[in-house]
Amino acid sequence: MKLMWFHLMPYTELPDDFREKHPSVWVDIHSSLFDPKRAHHMYNDFMDELEYAAECGFDAICVNEHHSNGYGLMPSPNLIATSLARRTRETPICVMGNSLALYNPPTRVAEEFAMIDVISGGRLIAGFPVGTPMDTCFAYGQNPSMLRERYLEAHDLVIRAWTEKETFAFNGRFNQQRYVNIWPRPVQQPHPPVWIPGGGSVETWRWCAQMDYVYCYLSYYGYKAGKAIMDGFWAEMDRLGKDRNPYRAGFLQFVGVAETRAQAMELYREPAEYFYGRCLHVDGRWATPPGYMTEATQRAGLSSQVAKAAGADSTLGKGTQERFAGTAKDMQGIVERGYVIIGSPDEVAAQLREVATSLNVGHFMLLLQFGNMSKALTKYNTRLFAEKVMPQLKGLFSEWEDRWWPKPMAEAERAVPPDFSAAPRALAAE
Amino acid sequence: MSDPEVSFVELNGVQTRVWRKGSGPRIGVLAGFGGLPRWIPFLDRLAERRTVIVPSLPGFPGGGRGHAQLDDHLDWVVATRRLIGLAGLEGADLVGSSVGGALAAEVAALWPEAVRRLALIAPFGLFDEADPPADPWAQRADAVPALLCAEPENWRRLKAPPEGANSIEWPIEQTRASEAAARFLWPLGNTRLAKRLPLVRAPTLLLWGEQDRVMPRSYAERFARAIAGPSEIRIIPGAGHLAELDRPDEVARAILAWTA
Repeated sequence: MKLMWFHLMPYTELPDDFREKHPSVWVDIHSSLFDPKRAHHMYNDFMDELEYAAECGFDAICVNEHHSNGYGLMPSPNLIATSLARRTRETPICVMGNSLALYNPPTRVAEEFAMIDVISGGRLIAGFPVGTPMDTCFAYGQNPSMLRERYLEAHDLVIRAWTEKETFAFNGRFNQQRYVNIWPRPVQQPHPPVWIPGGGSVETWRWCAQMDYVYCYLSYYGYKAGKAIMDGFWAEMDRLGKDRNPYRAGFLQFVGVAETRAQAMELYREPAEYFYGRCLHVDGRWATPPGYMTEATQRAGLSSQVAKAAGADSTLGKGTQERFAGTAKDMQGIVERGYVIIGSPDEVAAQLREVATSLNVGHFMLLLQFGNMSKALTKYNTRLFAEKVMPQLKGLFSEWEDRWWPKPMAEAERAVPPDFSAAPRALAAE
Repeated sequence: MSDPEVSFVELNGVQTRVWRKGSGPRIGVLAGFGGLPRWIPFLDRLAERRTVIVPSLPGFPGGGRGHAQLDDHLDWVVATRRLIGLAGLEGADLVGSSVGGALAAEVAALWPEAVRRLALIAPFGLFDEADPPADPWAQRADAVPALLCAEPENWRRLKAPPEGANSIEWPIEQTRASEAAARFLWPLGNTRLAKRLPLVRAPTLLLWGEQDRVMPRSYAERFARAIAGPSEIRIIPGAGHLAELDRPDEVARAILAWTA
């Protein structure tokens, strides 16, 4: 079982009356709410937290990409990942990921990911999301009718840029480049492991199976809402004759650990309610750029048989904003619906074991910081999880090989960056 | 209201619906935002005096998934030009509403012999930062009817599934119509048509719903100024963006008079 520590980097000081006074956390969130000097501390705290998670022994640290978004301050996760590459030694870095259709030319992604892979000595997991409607169609103005075609073409271009040895011409439908020849080339050969965060579309599942990529279901609604999706994924793997290796899949889960369940309820109430109340407050205007959702997925959502089988809480066939709007916003509901798993270390370990086995997911991407959680509480949650929960889950799925995990250079071959904290003292001594 | 004659032409390998009704000189109609999932009274008014021919634009109702292979604006303009020919509208009068108006204007500009007289109902194609059109794709679902029509019920009536319609495929077709328009107009509706309007020599009637909440009235003057041929602006009282839905009689009468 892989336990990965994921940061969304939410702006932590959205006002109490945010929902009432502002239409949306995303796309047109007002600039007056952003205080750069406060954000200076947020970024530095968040990066400290990621580094702390690496120190605590999490299997990987994860960052992602959002635009014009009050709960995701990483328009460029690559900038953060590069810094993490220098400040950590062993821990794989999962960039989850770069929305391929937003980069022009898409070889930019091949280059930057290769840079991170080279700087980190082969520790990169390369995530390729399509990106949400808010990020891609509205904040970045991409055409919803062509987004997926562009995404798939950009993917083909990036993979070729990583793997072809000779300079080549790319004659695509949307991209034409006469001379493709990226420098640097990735350490991991033929290329870093590719993970695909996706919704519940059969097309994506098939594509992941065909390409041998990890499929990740990253929702904010936890295991109860995600069950139908993951069941669908595994049913499709069965149909395609693929094995049930749990490392084919990744799943995002919010977790809050404390000494007792009652204490966890108290400690994590505020950040959870901040996240589900303020951070998921998205204007319905941004819900459905036409063409973003494939017709096959629309059909699945409209077909009563499928929707009924998936249950009312299921996220199947629902757009991002629709999912956001239907969420519980009070701690009781948040916990009951399984968005956030809380409890004592033993209780959390038991629940996560149950989720991992029932969903058959080998990669957990854990949100141990969420909403306006303070740095102190984040570190407490992270350490307690690492010390008391992690050992109970480590051995799970040990019978399976994780073929989708980074293969870094041997430790002896890797550069050793200087000890930064010692540097000023060293200079002073000269 | 009797049904039109339905035939199909093959455009880029996609079976594309063409409606035909009435007699007299031909007049073509390119549908506005949302397309024409059903025959509307406006077309009947035209058919009382003319042979009305309504080819479906790719991806719009009746146009299958033809939009999916049109990747840039040139593809759209050429597809529209071919459709005009395939539908038997060569040299005929042409009406284009809203999003369809942007394409009708392109054809009139680039192939002057293809269009006799032109009528544009609040056409897309231009964008002025100081007076931007509404974004028809960034709307809450319940706000759409009142955005497109002065009388929201007129939009709802256009889009309501008819008896016996497939409850899954019908809504998908309506979303596809919106997607097809987005495919050539996202994100601003600016196709840079302004560069080609000076090539329009066909006499052009510019119709605008008095209560158009999508396309500001100032765009009527912009079109009129840029078009080389004679033009006239006619404001339709009581009509919204899709004036032909709100005021079918007045819009048809104005077009019939202009193209007589």
